Amino acid sequence: MSQREGFVGTLGPRIEGTPLLEVEDLYISFEGRVGLGSGLLGKKATEARAVDGVSLSLAQGEILALAGESGCGKTTLARTIMGLEKAKSGTISFEGAQLGRNLRKYRRRVQMVFQDPTAALNPRQTIYESVAEGLRIHGISRSKDGVSEEQLVARALSRAGMRPPERFFLNYPHELSGGQRQRVVIAGALVLDPEVIVADEPVSNLDASVRGEILRLLLQLRDDLGIAMLVVTHDLGLAWTIADRVAVMYLGRIVEVGPTEEVLQRPLHPYTKALLDVVPEAGGVDRPFLTGEPPDPTRIPGGCRFHPRCPAVASGASAAAGVEDRCRGQDLGLLELRPNHYAACHLAALETREGNGQARVLSTPETSTS
Amino acid sequence: MSILSVRDLHVDYRTQAGPIPAVRGVSFDIEKGEVLGLAGESGCGKSTIASAILRLLPPGTEVTGQILLNGEDVLRMKPGRLRAVRWTRASIVFQGAMHALNPVQRVGDQIAEAIIIHGQGGEREARVRVGALLEQVGLPPRRIDDYPHELSGGQKQRVMIAMALACSPSLVIADEPTTALDVMVQAQVLKLLNDLQHELGLAMLFITHDLSVLVEVSDRLAIMYAGRIVEEGAAHEVFEDPAHPYSRALAGAFPAIGDQQYRMAPAGLGGDPPYPTDIPSGCSFHPRCPLAFEDCPTIDPELYVAGTGRRAACLLVNRPQPVEAGA
Repeated sequence: MSQREGFVGTLGPRIEGTPLLEVEDLYISFEGRVGLGSGLLGKKATEARAVDGVSLSLAQGEILALAGESGCGKTTLARTIMGLEKAKSGTISFEGAQLGRNLRKYRRRVQMVFQDPTAALNPRQTIYESVAEGLRIHGISRSKDGVSEEQLVARALSRAGMRPPERFFLNYPHELSGGQRQRVVIAGALVLDPEVIVADEPVSNLDASVRGEILRLLLQLRDDLGIAMLVVTHDLGLAWTIADRVAVMYLGRIVEVGPTEEVLQRPLHPYTKALLDVVPEAGGVDRPFLTGEPPDPTRIPGGCRFHPRCPAVASGASAAAGVEDRCRGQDLGLLELRPNHYAACHLAALETREGNGQARVLSTPETSTS
Repeated sequence: MSILSVRDLHVDYRTQAGPIPAVRGVSFDIEKGEVLGLAGESGCGKSTIASAILRLLPPGTEVTGQILLNGEDVLRMKPGRLRAVRWTRASIVFQGAMHALNPVQRVGDQIAEAIIIHGQGGEREARVRVGALLEQVGLPPRRIDDYPHELSGGQKQRVMIAMALACSPSLVIADEPTTALDVMVQAQVLKLLNDLQHELGLAMLFITHDLSVLVEVSDRLAIMYAGRIVEEGAAHEVFEDPAHPYSRALAGAFPAIGDQQYRMAPAGLGGDPPYPTDIPSGCSFHPRCPLAFEDCPTIDPELYVAGTGRRAACLLVNRPQPVEAGA
């Protein structure tokens, strides 16, 4: 890509071994509409770069939380992984094999759980029908070991914590509570024996006291069945509770990624720090927060894309460290600043390198492969 | 005298299937300049209380008890008096600002409407006041002629706040004012509400399900479950050392980042909140309570004293902790 001239770092770290699911150099954009008049005047449609270069890998049985403000591209990324949106460029691989046109097999193994269980379930379908739908779409009437559809549905419901499952077969969604509905949605995903579950804000529509149980269920499914999960959330507390790794997205890019304890307790990127600062806690409302509205993916700033809102730039900290020109002028990717802990920040790069007693200067730009 | 004093409030919604008791005997006071946080899950009755205070409930709803606003019972006011009191004495910031504004009217006119209707000025004075209000809530005064769709979610919520302040009320009810907003914008709006509350010495009733938000802005907290208050006290004390098992579960639903207790161990309760027509016997929380014992299904606990300025409706608070191994 042309914008990679002088680009340092990577768009996402590779993990050890063969990842179960791997996303490389993914770009997704949406075209805006142009009115007839302005179209005749030669005005181009604005392009929203929702995902602007992301690489991501998910290991077997791993829970990765993808966090960020609304509009940062996290849901678009999740939907594209599911094959619900088309990428402009980049690849998605499952077990080392790049996805082609036929997604049917892949879709069986990677299932999605949506935010709002009430919207995800057909109100006129019984619970049994809702859970069995996936099996029917994939033409499975009994499993390889001769288990019937009814038994498969019962097993999925029971794994999702609806016990005894037969009791719910003929219920309709409106007869269930919010938590139970989300369990049915999860059972609908489990019935196909997936290896990956992509969950978009799986608990944000649920009552506070019910959330914990659903999160506990997700953890249990990982432990018992080895299912890997990509959990999209705006809630860093949720990430702290269940994720092995956290990736923080800002304006279509991952700006920090690493083990949960590292990222949430020793954040490197000023944006991650800002997100952590606004997590409500008993400290009172007088905490620093970023001013301004969530950024606009049709107008991604040059240089570090966070620099117009960056507290380190505003306070002069990056100028004092002598990196302000780079903040404003050089787009950078993720750098491994601590073991397995990556961040895309000129200032953090300088500070950690100084802390490690290494050279003050950033390494020369890597030659880009694409 | 308290700004707001609610005594033994009961609210029953009328439906074809029979009455639905949404609020079952709630009492609380809010003093001048005080913020009371009301927490609970959907269906616990907290928004019903907000609407009851300004008598905004659907016709036919049965409301009993007392709601004393500056000593005057709202439930006994004549319609004319009620209209005069609404917005000038007490106002509401609703949740979902995006839907509460009229999409075809300029935001400035919508705020001015309240001022003019309540006879607090003519059109010209109202416009001046609106400009000042917008500035107060951190919006550039040129936004006065914008339509709602030209504003972002956070800006619309600011307009709603300006509207609530238009007639200088002494009590503002904020019903989930930040729920639909993004995290960063939520922090901005909370700060704004908090600053305004201090600046204007407002009394506030702040309602949300998010206990971690409430504890930031409130002086006192009241936790509701199944139409009743089950715990009340100073905000920090209730949040950090809850006396009622339900408060403990709510506090655990919003874990502090870095707290090893919750790492890979989400806190939650089994079961679901009860439906208002199907309230369990005895303590309504007992089917979900991890500490329930033999008396809980039969004895309905009142609010027992649980420390200085604190009360909790739990039998365990009222009597010495029974020594039970399996609890």
